[in-house]
Amino acid sequence: MIKRKNFQAVAIGSSAGGLNALKTVFTELDKKFPLPIIIVQHISADTDSYLPSLLDNLKKIKVKEADEKETPQKGIAYIAPPNYHLLIESDRSFTLTVGERVNYARPSIDVLFETAAEAYSDGLIGIILTGANNDGSRGLKKIREMGGLTIVQDPEEAEAEAMPASALEATNVDHVMKLKNIAKFLNSII
Amino acid sequence: MIRFIPIIAGRLKKRQEEILESQDIEIRLLIDAIFRKYGYDFRNYSQAHIKRRILNRFQLSGLNTISEMTHKVLYDSDFVDKILLDLSITVTEMFRDPTFYKAVRQSVLPILRSAPFVKIWHAGCASGEEVYSMAIMLKEEGLLHKTQIYATDFNPVIIKYARKAEYPISRIKEFTISYQKAGGTRSFSDYYTADHKSAKLNDNLKQNIVFDNHNLVTDSVFAEINLVVCRNVLIYFDRQLQDKVIGLFMDSMPGGGFLCLGSKETLQFSTHNESFEPVVEHERVYIKKYS
Repeated sequence: MIKRKNFQAVAIGSSAGGLNALKTVFTELDKKFPLPIIIVQHISADTDSYLPSLLDNLKKIKVKEADEKETPQKGIAYIAPPNYHLLIESDRSFTLTVGERVNYARPSIDVLFETAAEAYSDGLIGIILTGANNDGSRGLKKIREMGGLTIVQDPEEAEAEAMPASALEATNVDHVMKLKNIAKFLNSII
Repeated sequence: MIRFIPIIAGRLKKRQEEILESQDIEIRLLIDAIFRKYGYDFRNYSQAHIKRRILNRFQLSGLNTISEMTHKVLYDSDFVDKILLDLSITVTEMFRDPTFYKAVRQSVLPILRSAPFVKIWHAGCASGEEVYSMAIMLKEEGLLHKTQIYATDFNPVIIKYARKAEYPISRIKEFTISYQKAGGTRSFSDYYTADHKSAKLNDNLKQNIVFDNHNLVTDSVFAEINLVVCRNVLIYFDRQLQDKVIGLFMDSMPGGGFLCLGSKETLQFSTHNESFEPVVEHERVYIKKYS
């Protein structure tokens, strides 16, 4: 059992195979999950943002696209819009930017994680899921340095192992878990 | 032994937080120095954005502290140009968000057609791609000859680049796809001449465009503008500055003037919201009400 007061937000980064991975986690997630969840899933720039409604339709917690200047609320999941970076300000509100791609990606996981690490310091849980690149490794390291909790999906289970493997190489992470256990772990935060 | 680990971790965290606090102060002082010496005001920009850009430049600079950057900013004009470019929003493309251009073509241009003369202000035009996209669309709709476009940006370096109308050949494929998606009626290759390195847009697109320096944060209004385009600029500003700039647009246009924002920008939270109504809400196309 994990004490809720320790944690204030969850940040998740996923890429290739991330749709299924997020679906698995969100299907298992408790409806009363008590923290905001902030997600970067790599997605092509000109797609409609279908991911929020896909996860929202699971009828677990509310899932929406992150709006500029919005302040994340507990029990709601926010997804970075296609073609925008999502940054967290020190007052924890969202900033969207159209800056250059980072690790060939916009939105980039590193951009979210690095800014979220500073905004939430040790109140943040950072999670890297499946992906075929190394975005998020630097950000997860920063989360760890700020005292946050770091989790990486077991590369053996991941549809694409490069991203979780790269994160494990960059940081001495707290937990390596399968998706089901990540959901279970999140549900134990009350 | 185990008992000491949380204490060490706690110290590490405290040290991290102290460094962050000092760093934030240094960045504020740097931003303040740029404003006092050069008049460029980034104080109401997104702090997270500014910080990322400054730290990026810091890492490239080889300097030891951010405070050293402040000193360099005050005495080295080349270095200032670099930082201004870092802090400019330079990432743009032709026909960015093709559905937006389609919406303007369908819902705005037919109304402007009846005006004897059209004035368009493209605020925060960066390297010009979106301005030329508009010019192409106006040409195809038979409006370009009676239109004056003011394309402005605060950064003189980027304005120079915009005036050249020359873009890397590697980007043309992407531009062409977007042009077609935006409802272009001809072949995109009609609008440029290319060599192995770059594509230069036709001079006749430029005829009615005036590129100029204008700072949304510190400069004043334009007059009698029929259409203001300002996309993906306001997202970098805090609410207070957003409001001021939207007020600036409002004062630059008569009733019936159009305002186009970026796809994630909305008037919803602005104090000027009541003065506009959406034309194509999803594409952030608004019209100023007649008072």
